[in-house]
Amino acid sequence: MMWEVLKQIAKTGIATEVPPAAMEVEAIRIHDEILRILGRALTIREVDAGSCNGCELELNALGNLYYNLEGLGIKFVASPRHADMLLITGPISRNMSTALAMTYEATPSPKLVVAVGDCAINGGIFGENYATIGGASKVLSVDYEIPGCPPEPIIILQGILTAVRYKLENRTN
Amino acid sequence: MKFEELELKMVEMRSPFRIRKANVDEVLWEECALAIAQNHGQLVTLWVSQKSSKKFAVTAIYSLQGEGLLWLDLLLKENVISYPDISGLFSSATRMQRAMRDLMGITAMGSGDSRPWLNHGFWPDDYYPLRKDVSGFEVHELETPQDYSFIEVAGDGVHEIAVGPVHAGIIEPGHFRFSVVGEKTLRLEERLGYAHKGVDKAFERMSALDGSRLASRISGDSTVAYSWAYCMALESAWNWNVPERALWIRALMLERERIANHLGDVGAIANDAGFAFGLTQFMRLKELWLRANKEIFGHRFMMDCVLPGGVRADISLEFIAKIRENVTELRAEVERLRAIYEDHSGLQDRFMRTGIVDNELALRLGLTGLAGRASGIAHDVRVDSQSFPYTQLNVNVAFHEDGDVAARVSVRFDEISDSLSLLEQILEKLPSGEIHSPCRKTQPSGAGAGWVEGWRGGIFVALSIGKGGNLERCHVHDPSWQNWPVLEYAVIGDIVPDFPLINKSFNLTYSGHDR
Repeated sequence: MMWEVLKQIAKTGIATEVPPAAMEVEAIRIHDEILRILGRALTIREVDAGSCNGCELELNALGNLYYNLEGLGIKFVASPRHADMLLITGPISRNMSTALAMTYEATPSPKLVVAVGDCAINGGIFGENYATIGGASKVLSVDYEIPGCPPEPIIILQGILTAVRYKLENRTN
Repeated sequence: MKFEELELKMVEMRSPFRIRKANVDEVLWEECALAIAQNHGQLVTLWVSQKSSKKFAVTAIYSLQGEGLLWLDLLLKENVISYPDISGLFSSATRMQRAMRDLMGITAMGSGDSRPWLNHGFWPDDYYPLRKDVSGFEVHELETPQDYSFIEVAGDGVHEIAVGPVHAGIIEPGHFRFSVVGEKTLRLEERLGYAHKGVDKAFERMSALDGSRLASRISGDSTVAYSWAYCMALESAWNWNVPERALWIRALMLERERIANHLGDVGAIANDAGFAFGLTQFMRLKELWLRANKEIFGHRFMMDCVLPGGVRADISLEFIAKIRENVTELRAEVERLRAIYEDHSGLQDRFMRTGIVDNELALRLGLTGLAGRASGIAHDVRVDSQSFPYTQLNVNVAFHEDGDVAARVSVRFDEISDSLSLLEQILEKLPSGEIHSPCRKTQPSGAGAGWVEGWRGGIFVALSIGKGGNLERCHVHDPSWQNWPVLEYAVIGDIVPDFPLINKSFNLTYSGHDR
């Protein structure tokens, strides 16, 4: 059995893709900057605030070997207390508002907040109603927005890197 | 009592599958429920609609063993806001009835559990968003959730573990309250509703044609199943003939959706048992599958690819060849990995005898869909509905008796292989022709129903259209309503660290349930 596992691993090889050239330069630069400023990997806490689960599927896909998120020094963590960045999805359901606020509170400063997907930007197709608040910026200060329904993994990855750069530039200014 | 002995005036509805409609009064409502329960029928869904300022109707959909669906309307008399509880016969009715009270203020008389379900206290207790006298845009200044009275377990050494709604991984929001002794789970109580976003009310602001976009986003992993069920309901209501080729392409997409989800889950289930190799391998296969979706249909999850009247994109000969090639490759990969799973004693040790729902319990609680099939309940809408194009296909209903994690994994593997075979059959039989038929100029009022086997189980949509083509009411139902309560039983006696494993083997939807 172990032999079969090893054979399969060898057969699969390294499937991680080289990101588009421009992004690769960007990725290396951001990776260096993350290390320089934070002195460690970028850690992310994801909060589903009422999403249809489409964005979660793509966030999970970021962890597959083609995107190799952890290879870039970016990691999803279990607790907001360990997180540098919050990734928020969904049209911010009122039923999630308290949990979202508590998660935000628990995240150490400087907290970077990124809204992922059309719903987290402006409520998307669900909009604002008795049950939803609308975009994440209605309740938190959002640093960066990644549009799409859902945004594809490569778009999310680019967005995360850009968000970090914006934040770092604003810090140094 | 035999079902045939009831004095029901049933009318056949226009639909691709058999569904009959009847009006009942309170007495017949209960008699029908009893007769159907005794004849092993299943409750599909329940909802309320408002007929006029003071009149409401409660609707139940039942699946009668091999006899299609039964649609029962209970028209409540003026100013009556309660109806007889049926949760004693169908336990899955409990949460549906609680949701109906929260959304419409109509109560099940005699129900034991009157706690709110979707209303967490962010809108007033007497605000009923689905009533016609409110717009649904009202904003209430309530910022603190109401306390929820979980059922407490007392005794020496019993303590509670509260988990969620924000979980450790990248998953949907829900709260789980475990009562444990040491590591052993004595009781699990779920609290859901965190992803409630007013979908039913949102439908009522849309035209029937636009509604399919919202239906595509009820649960992102089942977008094809939901949009097909929605379109089926709409097309039935308007007697809108869909070209055959479009129906075949819908089936092709539905099977692709099933495969994508099963690939992701068999990997994730192994990961929850500490076998990361499985996750890595299956995430790779899933990614390739989703990329092919993007190439062929223009979207990784095929969102908005099923449209009222047909499908959005045709499949070229080049793509047909590509799909055939992918099917052959994937089949070989999955067979190889399945053999590794089955030979791995450590993995099987975690899978077997974990999270058991035996057949008797499954029948009693109304377990359905994929999880039902793993507990010996051989129902599948693709067979039960006797509808095109599945009537032209050789559909194998995957089936297992054991009802544990291993059985659910086994059914998923079988279903991957069955769906791959269905893809080949579909491509073999795919007729030429149009992929969309235009909407008629007049958009009459009417009602329709759609019923589709999503990867979790049967998804049901009912809609009624008013004058001018606007939705008056649209009810969408996910099989997770039936299966979430069963998960509470599946974990009893298992250790807490087995919960993620058991939970993942069901992988129920939060968004599709909370709506």
